[in-house]
Amino acid sequence: MSEATLVGAAKRPSKITAWAAENGAVIGLIVLVAVLAVMSEDFLNPTNLLNVGVQAAVIAILALGATFVIVTAGIDLSVGSVAALSAIVLGVMSAEFGLPWPLALLMALATGIVCGLASAGLIAYGKLPPFIATLAMLGIARGLALVVSDGSPIAMPDAIASLGGNIGAYLPIPLLIMLGMGALAAVILSRTYSGRAMYAIGGNEEAARLSGIRVTRQKFVAYALSGGFAAVGGIVLASRLASAQPQAGTGYELDAIAAVVIGGASLSGGKGTAFGTLIGAFILAVLRNGLNLLSVSAFWQQVVIGVVIILAVLLDTLRRKASV
Amino acid sequence: MSQAMLRVEGVGKSFPGVRALDGVDFDLRPGEVHVLVGENGAGKSTLIKMLSGAHQPDEGSILVDGAPTRITSASEAQRLGIATIYQEFNLVPELSVAENLMLGRPPRRWGLVDRKRMRREAEELLDRVGLDLDPARRTSTLGIAQMQLVEIAKALALDARVLIMDEPTAVLTTGEVDRLFALVDRLRDRGVGIVFITHHLEEIPRIGDRVTVMRDGRVVGGAPATAPEEELITMMVGRSISQQYPREAAEAGEPLLQVEGLTRAGAFEDVSFEVRAGEVVGVAGLVGAGRTEVARALFGADRYDSGRVLVRGRPLPAGDVHAAMESGLGLVPEDRKSQGLVLDADIAENLGIVTLGHGARAGFVNRKGRRDAADRVAGQLGVKMSGLGQRVRTLSGGNQQKVVIGKWLLAESSVLILDEPTRGIDVGAKVEIYQLINALTESGHAILMISSDLPEILGMSDRVLVMSRGRLAGELPAAEATQDSVMTLAVSGMEEAHV
Repeated sequence: MSEATLVGAAKRPSKITAWAAENGAVIGLIVLVAVLAVMSEDFLNPTNLLNVGVQAAVIAILALGATFVIVTAGIDLSVGSVAALSAIVLGVMSAEFGLPWPLALLMALATGIVCGLASAGLIAYGKLPPFIATLAMLGIARGLALVVSDGSPIAMPDAIASLGGNIGAYLPIPLLIMLGMGALAAVILSRTYSGRAMYAIGGNEEAARLSGIRVTRQKFVAYALSGGFAAVGGIVLASRLASAQPQAGTGYELDAIAAVVIGGASLSGGKGTAFGTLIGAFILAVLRNGLNLLSVSAFWQQVVIGVVIILAVLLDTLRRKASV
Repeated sequence: MSQAMLRVEGVGKSFPGVRALDGVDFDLRPGEVHVLVGENGAGKSTLIKMLSGAHQPDEGSILVDGAPTRITSASEAQRLGIATIYQEFNLVPELSVAENLMLGRPPRRWGLVDRKRMRREAEELLDRVGLDLDPARRTSTLGIAQMQLVEIAKALALDARVLIMDEPTAVLTTGEVDRLFALVDRLRDRGVGIVFITHHLEEIPRIGDRVTVMRDGRVVGGAPATAPEEELITMMVGRSISQQYPREAAEAGEPLLQVEGLTRAGAFEDVSFEVRAGEVVGVAGLVGAGRTEVARALFGADRYDSGRVLVRGRPLPAGDVHAAMESGLGLVPEDRKSQGLVLDADIAENLGIVTLGHGARAGFVNRKGRRDAADRVAGQLGVKMSGLGQRVRTLSGGNQQKVVIGKWLLAESSVLILDEPTRGIDVGAKVEIYQLINALTESGHAILMISSDLPEILGMSDRVLVMSRGRLAGELPAAEATQDSVMTLAVSGMEEAHV
């Protein structure tokens, strides 16, 4: 591109370039898919692609929940543990107490929400930094999952286990749940009072407070949503495994945060979208799948993923500098 | 009289949009206390920042011991023996007093810090400032007055010959002031030259040898320290109010905001006033008089101990901004960037931040309605922008302030508290904001305007409240408010507190 066109583009960006600048992660995903399509003939196979979707689903759902919290300039390290605890509650309620599965499902959801509210309470009233409050919750939820299950897996009721399967021959239910949760998160973030308030709080908490936004209340909403989404993620994970496992989802919180950040959110708050987070989760899943297909060792995969996180944030920072 | 150790000749300094210093002459002799007075924004801070190496003059020269010198950094000032004690101390709270005294150059032995020697030297330094405390104490456990003495001891450790003190008495109690003055006397006897900035005019004859008065970036006069206070006040404020304040008084209606006996220990005491529909009530006073604290407390942003706030005759719950907003109160805060705006969000989002819940159904915001409303108010206020999607960070100060005011207009607030509404705004935008104030009172709004800009207070207010040391020192109708009468009230209450 000549310098003249570059200048012209900077002055009046076309809709496409403006969109690309705001959605760097999408470009990254497209490039990644294109490269893998060339390098591996199995990659574009529909079965493989659906498999990627299923693999992405759990992390994506946890990451969508974490997006609410990160938009408020907080952090939630507990989503992996809360997911496991919620699934264990579901298993115990239906297998040991014989509750009908819809009721058990509601109790699992409530478990996630209560964990989120507890973190928010520690942050709002105990004045703990979000990192510390949710780090504690990470330990507590994991520990409770082990205590309640006595350390062993609990079988899922058939109705729940079938959620891990397909509709018809092809359509994986976890993928549908993920898309549903994505739509829900998108609507909450962009259309509701709470969602918009979260952006204001993350952008400038003091200005939000002085504008009459009830900051504490909205933080409770954000952490409760994160807990609720984590519960859904835990249920999807358990349905795929056909059992609730107390050690399931260990370390998922870091993948979830990585997905949010790759998707364009900022840990300093005020920025991030549900769509971006979904893309971030897909980038991680596509990368893992592609590296497997290319027979890259699992050890190197971790290095690659680390580098991708660095690149995503670095490019975002550079882009923002250029736009100021 | 001995030769000046420090001399400033014809120094000028401009910042974008502001002429901070203009042709300033100033000198300091060994063993004298030279007092510098002037209103907020008169240029005192810029002058001392120039002497301490934080700013360089655009023109004119600084002479140290008769030789022209460029003071390009804080370490250069230190090398020349010039030390500055700012109101904000430069101490590391987590370190011990001894470590702070020798920050960056601890005594060493074989490459390791020599703790014994450090302790001994620290004790000597503390002794010189008359401070009796354990040098091993953590600095954060000290009181303000003690920290100030540690700062002075630190300056002495660097063999300072020139000591610049920026409002050192502002934070001290009467007894602490006496001790500080005794120390200043001892330093003077030892030949240290001291530049002493204060708002408390009654201190001048006690501590000073000479006074220099600054106003609008210029030196307007000098006097011996024994000069009468009235003479100094006249020099400090003696400028005419130009036509840039187009106040058109509206008819005052029913009281919209009533504040009764508002008190918070250590901040403000027994503050009562009311603001009527159609009125602009100005709040004058020196920095630290408690004006912003009262405004924030009545708005619910901070707590208060006793008293009450009524809007349209109905009491407002304490500490609840949301309730204040619902009742029709709006605050345009002192620092718009850190308190008024979400800088990285766009204009539409900022304008709609207060009214997020208006027209919402089942928690869903009314996106079309919000956008239309933002568009309307941005047009009404004449916000210069490329579109509602522009980030407010990229707007000029005046346009940013219009956005902050605009969010309260959208909320249909009937009482606006404006805290320093035109600070850092260019003249043209200032006049636009004054016209907006006129339009608002015309339509029955009540305005409480805090300002450190005295001509602005006098030019725009229908009544002037003057605060001093956390108390309401007096109230003046517009006709009786002059720069002299306001300043006299603003520095009142200090005599009782100090002498």
